[in-house]
Amino acid sequence: MKIPYSKQDQYVYTALRFFSLVVVCLLIAIIFQLFMASKLAFDEFGLSFVTDDFWNPVDDEFGALAFIFGTVVTSILALLIAGPVSVFVAIYTNEFLPKKIASVLGLFVELIAAIPSIVFGLWGLYYLAPFVKNFLAPFLKKYLGFLPFFQGSSFGIGILTAAIILAIMIIPTITSVCREVFKSIPNLRKEAALGLGATKYEMVKIAILKPSFSGIMGALVLGLGRALGETMAVAMVIGNNPVISSSLFSAGATMASVMANEYAEADSELHLSALCYVGLLLFVVTFFVNLMARTIVWNNSRKSKR
Amino acid sequence: MTRQLLIITTVVLSLNASAILKLNGAGASFPYAIYSKWISEYSKSQEKVQINYQSIGSGGGIRQLIKQTVDFAASDAPMREKDKKKAAWPVLHVPTVLGAVVVAYNGKSIGNDLNIDGQVLADIFLGKITKWNDQAIKKLNPKRNLPDQEILVVRRADSSGTTSVFASYLADVSEEWKSKVGVGKSLRWPTGIGAKGNEGVTALVKQTEYAIGYIDLAHAKKNGIYTVNLKNGAGEYIKATVESISASAESFKTSGDDFTVSVINQKTKGAYPISAFTYFLLPLKKEKDQKISEVQNFFKWSLTKGQDFAAPLYYAPLPMNVRKAVVKKLDSL
Repeated sequence: MKIPYSKQDQYVYTALRFFSLVVVCLLIAIIFQLFMASKLAFDEFGLSFVTDDFWNPVDDEFGALAFIFGTVVTSILALLIAGPVSVFVAIYTNEFLPKKIASVLGLFVELIAAIPSIVFGLWGLYYLAPFVKNFLAPFLKKYLGFLPFFQGSSFGIGILTAAIILAIMIIPTITSVCREVFKSIPNLRKEAALGLGATKYEMVKIAILKPSFSGIMGALVLGLGRALGETMAVAMVIGNNPVISSSLFSAGATMASVMANEYAEADSELHLSALCYVGLLLFVVTFFVNLMARTIVWNNSRKSKR
Repeated sequence: MTRQLLIITTVVLSLNASAILKLNGAGASFPYAIYSKWISEYSKSQEKVQINYQSIGSGGGIRQLIKQTVDFAASDAPMREKDKKKAAWPVLHVPTVLGAVVVAYNGKSIGNDLNIDGQVLADIFLGKITKWNDQAIKKLNPKRNLPDQEILVVRRADSSGTTSVFASYLADVSEEWKSKVGVGKSLRWPTGIGAKGNEGVTALVKQTEYAIGYIDLAHAKKNGIYTVNLKNGAGEYIKATVESISASAESFKTSGDDFTVSVINQKTKGAYPISAFTYFLLPLKKEKDQKISEVQNFFKWSLTKGQDFAAPLYYAPLPMNVRKAVVKKLDSL
C-alpha cells in the first residue's frame, strides 16, 4: 500500500504524537495509581509520615523518615565514589588510550551494566561484606576513626557496603554517558589548547572538563536515578534496619528495599497502603533530585553563555 | 508449512485442554518444595489432573482465594477472622506438614550443642543479653568457655511466616516480647540486622563470628550450620530434627473442624518447641463441582502417601493421629 505524498506528513505526525502521549499518560497513570493506593496511609498519617522514623507493622504504625534517609545517603555516597572513577575512566579511555584498546575497555565497563542486580547482591553478601568487615572497616577506623561516620563496629553489612555496591552498579552508566559527552568536543579545540602550549593535563582541564560540565552533571543524574531506585542488591547488603545513624558501618534501610521486603506478605490494608506511600515518596525524592540537577545544569549553561 | 504446524499444535493443545482438568493453587512459599514434589508425584498417577501451584506468599494466596481466582490456597498461618469474613464460603484449614524454626549460630569459638531456653532466647533478641558470656547463657552451659564478645542478632528483613512462627514462640515464653514487640510477619525489631530470605540469614550467620539467627530446618541441614538445643515444655534440651518436630503435634487434639491449633512449646517428651503446621486452604462451596472433589482427592493423597516424601526434603510429616483426623474430615465433606 502506498500512502499518498500529501498525507505522509500528517500520518507520521499523528503517529509520533500518539506515542509521545502514551509515555506521558503512562507516567500520569502510575502516579495516579500510587496516589490512590497510598490514600489510606495518607489519611491516617498525613505528612507526619515523612518526618516519623517509626515503622511497626505489628501495631500498624508507620513513618518513612529512616527509609528516606537510607535511600538518600546510600545514593549520594555511591555517587561520590562512582562519579570521580567514571569521569577518570572516561577521560583515560577517550584521550590516552589507543582507539582499539579503548573500545575493548569501554566494552568491559559497559558489560558491568549487563550483570543482573541479584548477582551483585549475592556477590556483595558473600565477598564484599566480609571484605568490608575484615579489611575496609578496620582500615577506615584506624585512620579516620575520629569522624562520626566511622564509629562503632562493622559487621560487613550496612550503609557503606550498600553504597559500594551501588557505586559499582552506576559506574557503567556514568562512564558511557561521559564518554559520549567528551567525544562531542571537536578535535580542533583540543588541538588549539595544545597548540597554545597547554600540557595534556591542562588541555583536559580547559578543553574537555570545563565545557562538558553540564554533560557530566547529566551523566551523574542518570547514575543517581539508578542508585535511588535500585532494590534487590541493596536489600541484600544494607541490613534492613530502619534506623538513622551517623555511622556508615551501621545497618540501614532504603525505600525500595522495604517495599521489596514487605509488600509480598503484607496482610493489613494499612501496611500495604503505607508501602505504596513509600513508593510515592520515592517518586517525589527522585523527582526533586532530578529537578535539582537540572537547575544546576541550567544555571551553568546560562553562565557560560554570558 | 508454518501455518500448518500452527494449526496442528492448536488443535492438539485444545484437545488436550478439554481432557485435562486444571487445578490452580497459590500461597505460602515455605512449603513450596514439598508441594511441588507432591504435585509431580501425584500427576504421575493421575493423568487427567494437572495441578499448578504458585508460591506467591501466604498473604497473596489468601487474597487470591478471596477473589476466587484459585481453586485452593496455602498459608503458613491460619486465616484471620477479618479475611474469613471476606471469603464467599467457609474455608477449611487442612494441615499438610510441620515446619520448624531453628536457632542457628556461628559456632567457631563457641562450639557445638549450645543449650538455650526460651527466656534467654527472647532476651537475646530483645537486645537485653548482649554478650556471649552473659551469666544467663553461662548458667545453661556451665562447662563451656564462652567468649567475651558481642552477640550479633541476625533476623529476616522480608516479611515471612518464619518470622511469625518465631515471634509467636518468643511471645509464648516472654511477657516482655509479647508487650514490646508482638507477633507478625514483619516486626519492629529492638536489635540486630536484617538479611533477605532464609539464605541471607544463613549466609550472614555462617560468615560472621558471634552471630545468631533463626532459619528453617532445610537451610540449617543443607548448610551444616550450628544449631542450638532448645528447652521444650517438658524441660528437655532438644535439637530440631524431623522426628522432634513431628513429635510436637502428637498431643494435638482437634476441636471439631478446627485444625488451626498452635503446637508451639508443647509439653510432649521429645518435642521441639518452635514448630508449626502449614495449611492448605479449601473453600467449602455449597454445590460441589468436579474441581473441588479433585482438589480433595489431591489433599487426601498428600496426607497419606504424600507424607513419605516430606522427611527427605526436611519437612516433618504429620503424626498418625493428625493424619487420621484430617482425612476423616475430608471424607465427610
